[in-house]
Order: sequence, then C-alpha cells, then structure tokens
Amino acid sequence: MDLVVNGVEHSLDLDPRTTLLDTLREHLGLTGSKKGCDHGQCGACTVLLDGRRVNSCLILAISQQGASVTTIEGVDHPVQQKFVEHDGFQCGYCTPGQICSAVGMLDEVAKGWPSAIGDEELTDAEIRERMSGNLCRCGAYPNMIPAIREAAGR
Amino acid sequence: MKTFTYRTATDVAQGLEPGATFLAGGTNLVDLMKLGVATPDVLVDVNRLGLGEVGDLPGGGLRIGAGVRNSDLAADPRVRRDYPVLSEALLAGASGQLRNMATTAGNLLQRTRCRYFMDATMPCNKRRPGSGCPAREGDHRNLAILGASPSCVATHPSDMAVALAALDAVVRISGPAGERTVPVTELHRLPGDTPDRDTVLEHGELITAVDVPSLGFAARSAYRKVRDRASYAFAVGSVAAAAQITDGTVTDVRLAFGAVAHKPWRAFAAEEALRGRPATRESFRAAADAELAAAEPLRDNAFKVPLIRNLVASVLEGLA
Amino acid sequence: MTTTTDRAVGQPIERLEGQDKVRGTARYAAEYPVGDELAYAWVAQSTVARGTLTGVTVDPLVEADDVIAVLWHGNAPRLSEADDPELAVFQSDEIRYRGQALALVVARTLEAARRAAGLLVVEIDEEPHDCVLRTDHPDLYTPDKVNPAFPSETASGDVDAAFESSPTTIDVTYRTPALHNNPMEPHATTALWDGDDLVLYDSNQHPPGIAAAVGTVFDLPPERVHVITEHVGGGFGSKGSARPNAVLAAMAARVTGRPVRLALPRQALFSMVGHRTPTIQRVRLAASSDGRLTAIDHEAVEHSSRLFEFAEQTVVATRHMYAAPNRRTGHRLVRLDMPTPRWMRAPGEAPGMVALECAMDELAVALRLDPIELRVRNEPSVEPESGVPFSSRHYVECLRRGAERFGWADRDPRPRQRREGDWWIGTGVAGATYPTMAQPSTARARRLSSGDYEVSIAATDLGTGARTILTQIAADALGVPLSQVRVRIGDSTLPKASVAGGSSGSASWGWAVTGACQALRSGDPSSDEAVFDSTELVQQQEKDGKHAFGAHFAEVRVDAVTGEVRVSRLFGMYAAGRILNPRTARSQFLGGMIMGMGMALHEESVLDPAMGVWVNHDLAEYHIPSHADIESIEAEWLDEQDDQINPMGSKGVGEIGIVGSPAAILNAIWHATGVRVRDLPARLDKILPHL
Repeated sequence: MDLVVNGVEHSLDLDPRTTLLDTLREHLGLTGSKKGCDHGQCGACTVLLDGRRVNSCLILAISQQGASVTTIEGVDHPVQQKFVEHDGFQCGYCTPGQICSAVGMLDEVAKGWPSAIGDEELTDAEIRERMSGNLCRCGAYPNMIPAIREAAGR
Repeated sequence: MKTFTYRTATDVAQGLEPGATFLAGGTNLVDLMKLGVATPDVLVDVNRLGLGEVGDLPGGGLRIGAGVRNSDLAADPRVRRDYPVLSEALLAGASGQLRNMATTAGNLLQRTRCRYFMDATMPCNKRRPGSGCPAREGDHRNLAILGASPSCVATHPSDMAVALAALDAVVRISGPAGERTVPVTELHRLPGDTPDRDTVLEHGELITAVDVPSLGFAARSAYRKVRDRASYAFAVGSVAAAAQITDGTVTDVRLAFGAVAHKPWRAFAAEEALRGRPATRESFRAAADAELAAAEPLRDNAFKVPLIRNLVASVLEGLA
Repeated sequence: MTTTTDRAVGQPIERLEGQDKVRGTARYAAEYPVGDELAYAWVAQSTVARGTLTGVTVDPLVEADDVIAVLWHGNAPRLSEADDPELAVFQSDEIRYRGQALALVVARTLEAARRAAGLLVVEIDEEPHDCVLRTDHPDLYTPDKVNPAFPSETASGDVDAAFESSPTTIDVTYRTPALHNNPMEPHATTALWDGDDLVLYDSNQHPPGIAAAVGTVFDLPPERVHVITEHVGGGFGSKGSARPNAVLAAMAARVTGRPVRLALPRQALFSMVGHRTPTIQRVRLAASSDGRLTAIDHEAVEHSSRLFEFAEQTVVATRHMYAAPNRRTGHRLVRLDMPTPRWMRAPGEAPGMVALECAMDELAVALRLDPIELRVRNEPSVEPESGVPFSSRHYVECLRRGAERFGWADRDPRPRQRREGDWWIGTGVAGATYPTMAQPSTARARRLSSGDYEVSIAATDLGTGARTILTQIAADALGVPLSQVRVRIGDSTLPKASVAGGSSGSASWGWAVTGACQALRSGDPSSDEAVFDSTELVQQQEKDGKHAFGAHFAEVRVDAVTGEVRVSRLFGMYAAGRILNPRTARSQFLGGMIMGMGMALHEESVLDPAMGVWVNHDLAEYHIPSHADIESIEAEWLDEQDDQINPMGSKGVGEIGIVGSPAAILNAIWHATGVRVRDLPARLDKILPHL
C-alpha cells in the first residue's frame, strides 16, 4: 500500500493488522508518535490524517491507501516553541500528541466548528475542552493552555 | 488481534459472508479487535461507499449518511440550528480526535463499555453466551437500571444515539434481501436472554443513513451529560430533551435517557405524563418518576434514579 | 563567586531537552533502532489470582511464520535469586496474583507476538483467593518496619486518658482506594546481548539500580549491564526499581539471540508494575477547649502481596505534623492474593495526610475554630516524636501567606451557605509536608579541550527537569555560563547516582555535581577531571527534622442537580528550601496538585473480589484529570533558607503537591455542601444522595 507521510511517499507491505501508529513507529522509524494506551484513551498517538487530528492507534494502516499523514516530525508550528517557553510538558511523552492535537484543533476552530463549551471566542475553557482528548499524567495542562492560546494569536 | 482479510466494499447491498464485519471509523471495532473481543475473519471497509453526506429530506428533516463523521455532523449548520440536542450530544461524546474518525452508523453500533465485556479473560454473556454475568454481583456502578435482564446489565454507551432516539430518527438499512427502515428506538434490543445481540440488524445488513424527521420544536432541545470527570469520559447518566411549551404548558415533548439501559432509552411514559401539564419543576420531576418507576437498580447504581430525575427537571427547565 | 555563578541556579531556565520533546526527536526506551533482527515480545498473564501453573501449550500453527520462542516456567532459563521476588519471572509454578506474567511470546512482529500470546493454552490448578482489605481481617499483623525503615508503631504519653479527659474529640475513618501511577509511557525495555554483556534501553527512574538488579538475576556484575535511559515518559514511583519487563526482555534476548523489545500494554500496568495500596485509616484527635491537641491517634490498615512485604509508611507524616503530648501511630498489614504495591508519588504522605488533614478540618468544625487557626495553635517547636529541631519549618507562614493570596479572610465557616445557580460553592485548606532527603551519589566533572565542561552522573530526568537543574548547579559550581556545560545523564555506566525518587534527585545528584565541579575548579589545574562521591557527607547528616512544608487551598463548586464536583481554584504555597529553577519547580508543584485532584475526585482502581482483579484497568475507566478538569491553579513559594540540608539548600518539590491537596478539596466539598466524603474518591454518587 502507499502512504504519504510528512510529504514523503512510502510503499509498504504490511500485515493488515498493523495500525497506523505501529506503521509509523515500527516500520518507518517515526517514533515521535507515542503509544500511551493503544486504545484511543489517551491521545499520545495523535497525528494529522489528511489534515484532521486522529488517534493513529485505532486506524488500520491498510484502510488508508493513498492518505496523507503528518506526524510530529513533520509539524512546524509556533505552538512548539510556545510549549518550550511555557513549560507545557514534563516527561514529554504526551507532548507530540498534544501538539498535533493543538494544530488540528486550531484548524477546527478556524473552520467554525463548535465544542461542548459553546463560547464564541477561543477562551481558555474552550481550549481545555477541545484538548481533553489528550491526557497528561505529569499535569502540565495549566502551562499548555497559554502556549496554545498564544500560538493561536490570542 | 486475529488475522483477517481486508477488502473494500463496492455496494451497499452486497452483504457479508459468515465471519465478516463492516469497518467504518474503526474507533470501536479496532479497539475491540485488539482486546480479542471482536474477532472477524474478514473486514469489509465501507468508507469508500459515498455515504458521507448530510442531505435535506423532502418535506423537511435531514438524511445523515452512515459514514458522516461525528465532528462533521456536530458542526453542520442545519443540525446546530434545527437539532441542537444532536450537535450537543455529539460534542459531549468522545474526544475531538475520535469524533474526526467515528461515523454515524458506527456510533450507533458501538458496543457496551461494561468492564467485563471489554476484558476477554472474564465471563460475559454478551461476549460468550452462557459464560455468566459477573457484573450483577461485581462492578456495576455504571450499568443499567432499566430494561436489564438476569443475563446482562450492560448499557449502551452512545450519546448521539440518545439524541437520535429522542428525535424519532429512523435508520435506513440495506442488505442482500433489500432495504428496510427501523426507528432508532427499535434498532437496539433489550438483552433478555440473548444479550449477545445488540441490535435487530441481520448479518450483512448495512446502515446507509439515518433520517431525522422535521420536528419544529426540536430547535429548542438540549443534551446534558454527566460523567466522572469534566470531559473525555463515558456518561454515567444523560438526558436528551426537546420541548414545546405554550403559555406555560407542555404541549409536546421528546425525552430520552443515556447510560441507563442496553439501548438509548426513549422515555415514552415520561412524555405521556408531561403532555398537557404545566411546565413546572414539579411536573418535570413527576414525569421523570413515571418513567423511572420501572427502574430496578442494583447494589451500586441506585444513584442513577435521582440523577436522571434531577437531569430531566434541569434540562426541561432550561428549555422552558 | 563570580556574577555568572549567581545567575544560573534560581533562574527559570527552559528545559534543555525541550526542543527534542516538542519535535518528536527525544527517544524513549521502545524507540531505539537496534537492527532488522529485532523481535517483539508479548506477555501472557494469569487469569486467576491464586493457583499453580501446570502447563503452557503452544499451537504450532498459530503465527507459525513469525513466532520465535515461547518462554514459561517449564522451559525458561534458571535465574539467580533476586532481592525482589517479582523479578524471578518464570522461576516458579506458583501464581500469586491475577495478572502475573506466566509466559512470553517472542515473534518477528508485534502483531504476531500479541496474537500468539492470546492463544496460548495455559493450564492452571486454581485455588480460592482472598483480595479484600478489611479492618477485621484475621491475618492483619504489625510489620516490623514500614518503608523505608521507619518503626511501624510509635507511642508516647497516655492517649486513652487524654481522650477521656478532653472536651472535644473526633474519631473518624477515612478510606483511600488502590491507585495506579499510570505514567504516560508504559514500562518498556529493548534488550540485546553484546557477547556476555547486556544492553537495556529501559524506562526507569534509576539506571544503576536496574543494572544491579538485572545483573544479579543473570549473574552479571552491574558494570556488565548497560542501562540507557535518556528520556523517561514519567514514572511517579512505578519505575523506581527494575520491573519484570526488564528481566523478561533480557531473558528473551538471551534465548533467541536477537534484540527483543517488550513494551507493556497499558492494561498490564495495573498488575505488573505496582500500585498504591488501598488504606483504611482511623484518626482520633482530642483537643482542649482552646484548640490545643491533647492526643493524636492514627492507624492505617493496608495490604501487600503474597510475594513480599511492602509496607507503605502511611501515618509517618502524622509523627511530625502537629504538637500533642499524647500520641500513637501504627500500621497494620495483610498479605492478600494481589499484585505487590509499590511506590507512588508521596508514598505514605499522600494517603496519610488525606486522613489527618480532613480530620483536622472536622476537629476545627467541632471546636468552632478556623481550620488555619487550629493548625497554627498546634505548631510544634521541635519534631514532636524525635525531639530533633527542624532544620527549617515555615508551615505557619505557608498557611498565613497562602490564606492571604487565596483570599481566605472573609470565609463564612458554616457549610452550605454559598449558592450560585445550581452550584454549591465552598473552600477548604489542608497542610502539606514531605521529607527532605539526600542519598549518596557520585559525579564526574571534566574540562574538555574546547574549554567547555562535561559533567556526568547516572541520574534520570523523568520530567522533573533534572537535566536542566544539574546543568545550572554545575555551571554555578564551575563558575561558567550554562552554555559551557554539558550534563550527561541517563546511562548506568556514568558515575553512580541514587534513584529519582523521594523528591531527592536534585539534592542527591546536585550534591555530587557540586562536589565534583568544585573539586575540578579548585584542584590541580593540570588535571582535567574530578570525581566526587557524596556518600560520607550524606551518611554523616542528621536525618530527622528535615522536611518541606506547604499549604493547599481549594475552592470547589458542587452541582446540586448532579453532585458533580469542579475545582474552580486550587492554590499551593510552599516552603521547600531554595528553588533551583522556578519554571520547572512550579511545574512539579502543579503536577503534584493535579494528581492530588485526581486522588480526591477521580482515581480509584475498582476491585472485583470474586475475579480478584481491578476491573477498570485502562485509561478510559481509570480516570485521571483531563484538560477540562483544570481551571484556576497556581503554586507559589516562600524564599526559604536552609543551610543544614545540602550544598544547594534545596528541598524536594516533586511530591509535596500531592500531599494535602486532596484533603483541601474534600474539605472544600464539605464546606460547599455539608457532605463529608470519607471514602475517596469523592464521586458524584457519594454526594448526590445527600444534597
């Protein structure tokens, strides 16, 4: 099957059981996407699939023929530097997922997608709700919010 | 995960061979396959069938393609305007990432989160008929209070389905034997003594769309979900409601409860008790009680009775 | 000292590995490329809590092309005896808990290993099990000591007489559930043999400790085991010593002759790598009418496994928190058919201070006294049980300054007074404490030909900021700018470091780093290297009387409709010595407070006694706080000087945030609603029926 990852085309011969996450980590050497739970319960594996944030652990690679994937290794976004400045991480294991999620989330906001909070502006409460699919056991949450807010230009 | 063969579906009516199953968003199926709970021999990918559109029904209402992603549906301007309860339920369900993957039909067909069902090393009548139900004596704090059976006390975990049940939505189904429609309220079964069957779908039948009929007063509707943390958790109780209130009187109402039964629980008895009643907290609570009279809580989930009663009153007060 | 020296420590330096972490280039244990021969391992775990393993049968047709080996008790190589019986994997046919590793499949692909492990036919003679902790368990006993080496019981004065004669007493029982550390990176090891030497890329908190422990079971001296731990995805205590994954991966690599990767699935973390014991704690407090404690009596009942005794030091903090002439503390333990409990962030203090600080709140209510004032009135002048003076103690200042910053002054002491819409609103306070420790470590400093410096120590940075802080310490000790210092950590072949635990990393390693750098700076200019071993200095130090203190303040709102609790504000004020890096220290405090919020509201491992297992063994069902749970949260600290603790004057900051913060939240729930939750976590179903 063929997959475009971070702009590079790959032709892969995979076990149909192989998830997108394991394809990235074990076959393409792109270990920036993390395996925290392997069941869509933590968000550490978040990547952008055709521009949308998804849990790569719950996607069978074989079902994504021709798709375009952006992983943390292919992200270049102001939110990364903001995470460093605001100490938006400790152990760093959830970080690539948080950042990919933030990038996808800001795009969703730009498209006018609503959240369960329902604020008109991108308030801190909105950011928190929209980022809740990314768990952080170190509890770096309070530092990620200003990082994301500033990266969004607010 | 068991080995399987993978192919792409080419036709909605082609059906499935024994041991095969449809793959849509995969957020539940791939999860269960990893756990050994789902063990299909063949995966038939329906993502390329062109079922990803939301269209207008003649005479009002929406036809939601089975493959429409939860996030797209929640953001659809018609849904947000005409059926806020549906948008809110979708947004309360899962995370942004999961909503970007999960589909309308897949959401309806997701399986219970009962902890015994999810662990293939445990007995479970739903997963392995006849093996027993440890939940009755064991952990059942978040399991059913309505419609359960001695063999199964599982709940259906969907939020979206609760809103669709309240909205009188109808599921469109294709299969080798032709097409048929089933109301969302009748799609899911009660467990009885065959809890292994979640729905009335026959093997090989494919949900192609969900029709949401026009319901003028659904523009005043809401979904309220209660869970054990502020976000990214399954419901421990939820209420979907739409109400038409004229001069302080409830002239029409739709109510459904989530996380209380093996199916999204349409509260017909509560609706009946409310129609024509004053739109007051007392009548809202009385209506909830009319529905909850049938509740048979277990040792650790009796709290769901007052929780649902309070939610009904609170949500309806918000609409009044 | 130069100006440069004054600049590094105390500055909010950004994490040195920050760019690697935000760009995905920081490598964790399961991410090192080790060649095409890499094999993947998957563990088959026991599905019964007690029994005997009689056979493991492999279907040769399952994943036939890819399975390389299946290891179990019947065919595994014999290992030498380890100090930790959990490391004696596949050495016995006895099953001591559900989830114990019974077999390991090694295969060419991850998918094949997992599938084959699921299809092994495991034969077990099952025996009845006993998994329930209760205060009337007939097998309860008093352990000889509690972790790490405290007396299990202490007593002074006449507690019972004081209760008889005191006008105000309370007698309450608090329960805390089993908790799981759940670092975001599951425990993982990539193992390979280089001749007779073993190389482990392992996720842990103590590379030299892992080298020694794994070396012991394979009859290797520690220097023949090379443990590489550059980045660690959190540990919170659960990676403090070698876990079975390290031994399993090494065993599989030896048997197959290939590099082997074993990354435990999240579910396995609930049985194989430790948990915090559940506790049942009875606290009795007696006070005179002016709010002086006349007696403190605190006993904890907790569990350990059949494999060995792990006795959490739950009531140890009670021994130095408040003054009282009559005192009694104790621990009772029962060995159950359960996984072995281990360290989890602030072991002892975290659960113990829930009970003590909630009980103090209850006493304040009984006395009609402000809960801060009650604590102030019982401030001891020396450590109450040892009689040793405190090296520094600014608890009262934390309470007072914290109260000012939080806005405590106008608080109506009565519960259930403030309502906004559907929300009941209330505030609560609780104290915090954590021991200040240091352990022997060795560091090496080198002057490089470039004029820069390399400082080496086998420490780890599991998110604490250790790499950054040690660089700051080294720069100051060397009198050079940060840019001239490169700190190497995360490798067992570097000079021996103590464990990243007990909030002692910076103190222990910083002590050695300071020594090595100062020795290089002041030593023979012709020598380009200096090594410093802190053992002697650390061992000469008085151990008692050294603690950090703090105060936590919480504002909660409780939904009258649903019983849901939200923490609107959480504030911590600490006195933790010199703060080496305000940026990373603040993150440590906040992270501890958030885990404390989880402990108060969300976290519990739910036991099914019949199945002998915690049934909510994943991150969908074991709830840790999410982004949305965190509203206003802040940490501040006093400028505390203490020259009796270590050369930096620093106290640990990694754990104190979880101590007392749950109690502050529980006390705030009472203040909001009048509902006293004494059985953690404070789920909505425990509150709603009483609203």
